[in-house]
Amino acid sequence: MKTLAPAEHDAVRRIVAQLRDRPGPLLEVLHAIQGELGFIPEGAIAPVADGLNLSRAEVHGVVSFYHFFRHHRPGTHTVSVCQAEACRSMGAVALTAHAKRTLGIDFHQTTPDGRFTLEPIYCLGNCACSPAVLIDGALHGRVSPERFDALIAQHTRKS
Amino acid sequence: MTNTVFVPKDASALSLGADAVAQAIQAEARRRREPLQLVRTGSRGAFWLEPLVEVVTAGGRVGYGPVSAEDVPGLFAAGFLKGGAHARALGPTEQIAWFKNQQRLTFARVGIVDPASVPDYVRNGGYAGLARALAMEPAAIVQLITASGLRGRGGAAFPTGIKWKTVLEQSAPQKYVTCNADEGDSGTFADRMLMEGDPLTLIEGMTIAGLAVGATQGYIYLRAEYPHAHRALNTAIAAAYQARYLGEDVAGSGRRFDLEVRLGAGAYICGEETSMLESLEGKRGEVRVRPPLPAIKGLFGQPTIVNNVITHASVPWILAHGAEAYANYGMGKSRGTLPVQLAGNIRRGGLVERAFGLSLRELLYDYGGGTATGRPIRTIQVGGPLGAYIPPAHFDTALDYEALAGVGALLGHGGIVVFDDTVDMAHMARYAMEFCAIESCGKCTPCRIGSTRGVEVIDRILAGEDGERNLRLLEELCETMVQGSLCGLGGMAPFPVQSALKHFREDFRAHK
Repeated sequence: MKTLAPAEHDAVRRIVAQLRDRPGPLLEVLHAIQGELGFIPEGAIAPVADGLNLSRAEVHGVVSFYHFFRHHRPGTHTVSVCQAEACRSMGAVALTAHAKRTLGIDFHQTTPDGRFTLEPIYCLGNCACSPAVLIDGALHGRVSPERFDALIAQHTRKS
Repeated sequence: MTNTVFVPKDASALSLGADAVAQAIQAEARRRREPLQLVRTGSRGAFWLEPLVEVVTAGGRVGYGPVSAEDVPGLFAAGFLKGGAHARALGPTEQIAWFKNQQRLTFARVGIVDPASVPDYVRNGGYAGLARALAMEPAAIVQLITASGLRGRGGAAFPTGIKWKTVLEQSAPQKYVTCNADEGDSGTFADRMLMEGDPLTLIEGMTIAGLAVGATQGYIYLRAEYPHAHRALNTAIAAAYQARYLGEDVAGSGRRFDLEVRLGAGAYICGEETSMLESLEGKRGEVRVRPPLPAIKGLFGQPTIVNNVITHASVPWILAHGAEAYANYGMGKSRGTLPVQLAGNIRRGGLVERAFGLSLRELLYDYGGGTATGRPIRTIQVGGPLGAYIPPAHFDTALDYEALAGVGALLGHGGIVVFDDTVDMAHMARYAMEFCAIESCGKCTPCRIGSTRGVEVIDRILAGEDGERNLRLLEELCETMVQGSLCGLGGMAPFPVQSALKHFREDFRAHK
């Protein structure tokens, strides 16, 4: 079993202590851990389970059930390209191929320089402005391949 | 006099550059030493006009759109603060034909008010419904909702009053009001727009539900894909607590109602109500076997109302204006209004709230203006990823739960995704199965295994392997999933596949 770095371990313990008395706290705890560490390290499972009086299997089962929870540290920027029907009607399949080619990675992968992680996402509620892309929580609509390249260039300069 | 300028901060408007426009307006106003008050609103829902900037004139609000940051100096030069003429000028916003014919009851304030301001909400008719509810017996509130004919707007269309009555009749130490804000269907954004643009309507609706059934705790289960709505809800909830519309003494009545937002984590299945309850409890979002109904044994085993955002948000209007006023809208057993979402390949996409009964054709062509690409519409998918694909031959069908069921389709949450004639329906059918495989909770076999086998069979058809035999196999597989799945995901995922096979069979041949 993997162990956490001391700072990570402190963060996990603090979060568990803060939220453990709330009703049904596990998702809240996991969101807080991912918010702070960027992902759910394998070594966080045991202290979360201990703190919430759950089995490790239960915690692992929840972490692995939800697409949103990551098992690995993401790149500096997370780029999510919508795959759902409305975006497909406006070229999301071609945009996805373009994104994979431009970044040189597949879904769930991170560029070798650690800058970008590419993820599929299933509907951002921007369906009248398709295709949609989410970059680090900022939503972009009517994203053509050219606009995608411009957005990536902006974030490359920033990081 | 200080001029007031409205710029949306709705996520879709932001996705088209609304923040840059707002910043440009403030910068240009400073440069010109022109005092102005900038109010960030939700979106009125005409997304082809976003970013839509509005100013207040003697003749009411006047719109300009779509505005880019580069347009801003020119707008100032044209005197747009006083409604001056400009190439982007749209005239009085509510006189634009697209808005003028709408019947906005639930969305009356969206795009107009400051979503974070309780005083603005109250000035525009907010909390009138709560005031009436506080003067009524719980059973009378439930009776009023029943009489309005309101049905669940999430998709299942179950009569809301009956659900509430069941919860009211339970005696339990704790009851809950929950809001299903896991709006995962592609082509839908009504919940998001309302939560960002007028969240206090949802908060008021849930508070009334709490009073009606004797629940003191509410939870909004919000999808993680909606970070903007998350912030808007938390801001509005804090403002409602501050103004004492939430908490231990709701509007000075001595009655308690607490409310908080819980975030989902990217699982489509959690839009299914029992799966949502599992997730709210912090567990894997696996569906529960019913009975017992959530109204009897729901969240943490207690009687629980589960309603969609739009259902809850319809309640304040019904309380304020009466059941009959609401029931006067609509047709047949579909009473009131429905916020329809025009999405995908559509020229004038956005939110159209109208009484039930409008035809698909009116929506697609009169409001929508046909496709964005200018090509013919080949098909539409109504009701999200589990909804059937509808061919143009059925476009005269009325928007009504029963009428759509009559042509083998479903209304769902009112989303319409438009496709032009370049769409490959075999690929769309394959995607429907793939999506079900990705999102299946895994509890029942027909859904978990069937969806994966469905993708494989379609791949074999497209590869030209034994086409006719595999088409028959696909049809049988769809039937098995429909009949044998535990919930609507596996039970309905075959609908788009079956409708594609029925109406667009020519697409299911070998692909290169």
